[in-house]
Amino acid sequence: MNNISRRKLITTGLAATAGVAGVAAASSIARRYGLVPPDCRGIYGPGETLTYAAQRLLTTNSLAREFPRGMISKTPFANAIDPPTDEFKRHQANNFSDWRLSVDGMVAHPASLSLSDLKALPLRSQITEVVCEEGWSYIAEWIGTPLIDVLHATGVLPQAKYIVYYSIEKDWWESIDMADAFHPQTLLTWGMNDGDLPVGFGGPLRMRVPRQLGYKSVKFINRITATDSLKGLGKGLGSAAPEAGYAWFAGI
Amino acid sequence: MCYSPRVSATGSLRNSEAPRGEAPGEEAPRHTALVRLTHWITFIAFVALLVTGIEIVISHPRFYWGEVGNSLTPPLFTIPIPASRSTVPTGYGYVLPDQNGWSRYLHFEAAWVLVLTGLIYGIASLINGHIRKNLWPTPQDRTPRAFIGRITKYLRRVPPDEAESHAYNVLQRTAYLTVIFILFPLVIWTGLALSPSFDSAVPAAVNLLGGRQSARTLHFFVSGSLLIFLIVHVAMVVQAGFRSRMRAMITGQASARSVAAEEERT
Repeated sequence: MNNISRRKLITTGLAATAGVAGVAAASSIARRYGLVPPDCRGIYGPGETLTYAAQRLLTTNSLAREFPRGMISKTPFANAIDPPTDEFKRHQANNFSDWRLSVDGMVAHPASLSLSDLKALPLRSQITEVVCEEGWSYIAEWIGTPLIDVLHATGVLPQAKYIVYYSIEKDWWESIDMADAFHPQTLLTWGMNDGDLPVGFGGPLRMRVPRQLGYKSVKFINRITATDSLKGLGKGLGSAAPEAGYAWFAGI
Repeated sequence: MCYSPRVSATGSLRNSEAPRGEAPGEEAPRHTALVRLTHWITFIAFVALLVTGIEIVISHPRFYWGEVGNSLTPPLFTIPIPASRSTVPTGYGYVLPDQNGWSRYLHFEAAWVLVLTGLIYGIASLINGHIRKNLWPTPQDRTPRAFIGRITKYLRRVPPDEAESHAYNVLQRTAYLTVIFILFPLVIWTGLALSPSFDSAVPAAVNLLGGRQSARTLHFFVSGSLLIFLIVHVAMVVQAGFRSRMRAMITGQASARSVAAEEERT
């Protein structure tokens, strides 16, 4: 061990230099092609970046598994939520007739849509699984308006890179990249199993992102924003999840 | 289970394999630098995966079979521990703190380290003959008699002979090959099958396992098998001589001579 040869030293030095240069080049390419997640810093950043980049190279256009009607769960599990605010209770008492979804940010025509405006757009229904990061799951039929149709109707600008979506409940917001925003299965969901979407499952309006874990499917959506950067929002980590210690990309 | 090179357990002399890049005159290490490095990186990554995996299980210590399962469906089995979520019926009157955020971050980061390290080890070992020479059982070892013979030796607590401190015996080879080529690939597969996004690209990954909850349950059992291997492995290292075996896996230098010298000093 004590007599390290000159050749070994040079080889090791060259390998280390090549390694550093390789990582720098890879990181610059990854940034250009949108393969770096907003929570790419810190000790978990390298793993998170590898995961997101690999998923984006492999899964940009793939469809979440859909199931036959017979597999719809008879006992779907509505995860616990905080008690609703007074504002939500007023909407509930009103049967959500005044519920609005505002669409703003990098769109040509910002809009405020009622639930019936949404229902006037083409609907899509799909039988997909809700997968919680804790480990449990259930299958339901989800009926709603594809996010892509709302984005096209409001003229989303080509420079938009993320769609941020907010719950009426405080500090509950998430964001997805355009691969998920333009994905045909990403639904502004207002129906479940042939009925209205129950409040326990996110009614009147829930963003369903079936290729990601349940916590990306935020309940009680009342605002979406198109943006080219997540830096100025909250703590700049992309969404509420990383601020609570959870990964921004939840496809795994 | 422990340890390696040069003479097989049945005593047949093998060609000493001088690892490249070692200074002449120095004794050939029992484990090559690549084996030592990948062994310890894998160990660290595995411990991280194990700890974070347990933390994630604590958020829902119920297991199911098939595609779906939740607190409202009957479990296949339940681990009788408290949970870190109030929505799980555990029978305990309290809820543990939520550790899933950092556990999930670290679980996947450690998984990357393990997979990349495993790829480097696997490819290099296939090319340089480590698997063929040191791990694949020799023809005379591939008999029930050889297995039974070595098991009997373990049961009688016969200390490893000189030949065995230079080469893996048939039980070690079988155990290591099982871990490298069956358990690790299975734990990676069952883990990947839990990614809804990966499943969208490769639905067979989860469908072949019988559904998402089956994949989760299998991931748990394969991880358990790896933990059992780790425990037996460490027990065998202790039985064979903890200091010499650890020294061999850390420095590569644990010849009879250097160990004797070490024992003299202490």
